[in-house]
Amino acid sequence: MRLRALPLIVALALISITTAACNDSSDAHSGDVVVFAASSLTAAFTEMGTAFNAANPDAHITFNFAGSADLVTQLTEGAPADVFVSADDSNMKKVTAAALNASDPVPIAKNTFAIIVGKGNPKGITSLADLAKSDLVVVLCAETVPCGKGAAKILANAAIAITPKSLEDKVKGVVSKVTAGEADAGIVFVTDVKAAGDTAAGVDIPADVNVISNYPIVVTKEAKHATAAQAFIDFVASAPGQAILAKYGFLAP
Amino acid sequence: MLALAIVAISFFALPLIGLIWRAPWSKAWTYLSDHAALTALRLSLHTSLWATALSVLFGVPLAWLLARTQFPGRSAVRALCTLSMVLPPVVGGVALFFALGRRGLVGQWLYRWFDYQLPFTTAAVVVAQTFVAMPFLVITVEAALRQLDTAPEDAARTLGASRWYGFRRVTLPAIRPALVAGAVLSWARALGEFGATITFAGSYPGTTQTMPLAVYLARETNPEQAIVLSLLMIAISFTVLVTLRDRWFGNRHDTAVLS
Repeated sequence: MRLRALPLIVALALISITTAACNDSSDAHSGDVVVFAASSLTAAFTEMGTAFNAANPDAHITFNFAGSADLVTQLTEGAPADVFVSADDSNMKKVTAAALNASDPVPIAKNTFAIIVGKGNPKGITSLADLAKSDLVVVLCAETVPCGKGAAKILANAAIAITPKSLEDKVKGVVSKVTAGEADAGIVFVTDVKAAGDTAAGVDIPADVNVISNYPIVVTKEAKHATAAQAFIDFVASAPGQAILAKYGFLAP
Repeated sequence: MLALAIVAISFFALPLIGLIWRAPWSKAWTYLSDHAALTALRLSLHTSLWATALSVLFGVPLAWLLARTQFPGRSAVRALCTLSMVLPPVVGGVALFFALGRRGLVGQWLYRWFDYQLPFTTAAVVVAQTFVAMPFLVITVEAALRQLDTAPEDAARTLGASRWYGFRRVTLPAIRPALVAGAVLSWARALGEFGATITFAGSYPGTTQTMPLAVYLARETNPEQAIVLSLLMIAISFTVLVTLRDRWFGNRHDTAVLS
């Protein structure tokens, strides 16, 4: 085989690289703003993006939703993001400690935890203490992710020891195992119970043992559209932005 | 040709070199002797060997059925039995829920009659791994059976061997390289299985948290440990692939010439 195709491949590669470069150098007030957001914000921020685009037709928001810890890894490895929102302070601290932020962290919302149970609460779970019953299948988040850290702290606050059947790598893993009916209960964010709608039900956790998680936001150091990124953050903090977050069950910062 | 082949080699070698380059060698032993890592490794070896054994036990008869018999809808059956190779593993895990979970098609009866729930058990890990791994054995063995001359097997039968005896003593030895290759491929796939396991079996240290799950979780808190654990998995798989290849196929030609 002769290498006739090779120049073509190289040419294609060069074209795609230069095209990408052209996009990058576009006007700072418009263009793609890449937002790395904690997975618990998925529904709320999707609506936030639509609302922001409607108000700023020149800008376009692209989201990357994943577990906060996962996003921090991606940022550390040089993933191109303009904005980063974490579901807790400790993951944000990793970013500020590595000086990957261009602006100081601003709290945009708060979240608390609830017990998620199956539709109609078939096992009649009413309190945290019920989770310790040996005939219940309980799943929690691993302590590497915010929901797992919160759950561990709540159980410690309430002095309840439970043996979960699984430690999920993200909050949606807990939600899906409960909504699928394989697990009886889990501890997730209040907003996750709300997002699950009819497929699950929630049981409140008393405020004296509950944990409040902060959602801090920053413009990243590598932001290619810093001005538009800051405009997006301002929009999230504004009254219309806060109304969207409240609609999805988030508390004011 | 050579240039493209070298590009292909670099494509596979570079990520590995990247891992080795970033590995914290001074702390490697500490991470490897970590109790949690050893638990995950033991569970991974245990479950992947079970999955391989089940793949051989059920996969060889399935391959035989597909290669040696004619029945209507055979190609549909073949497609069905190899579907999990192309199915996203997470989808496979969800489908296993619907079949074998507490609310599943079959699983609900297990739960009602025997109070047995498969998800979140080590058995569930083996089921998830077997589900994605068996097709690799089936297609390898089926291809070997198709290429195999049936005359010796027929001869054995005319000499009074039962069908099972002929298969065991004549056919199986003839397809042994393919059987080993298929088993190794299945084992490698089972060892690396992530998506179906975390979906169907969950992730709990000692019960269902296999090496790939442990690596994924470690990556979020202790990336250095994740690298060391990944390298350990690579070393194990690499050793098995290289030794078995040499033993069964690799240098057969050279050794024949030399001896």
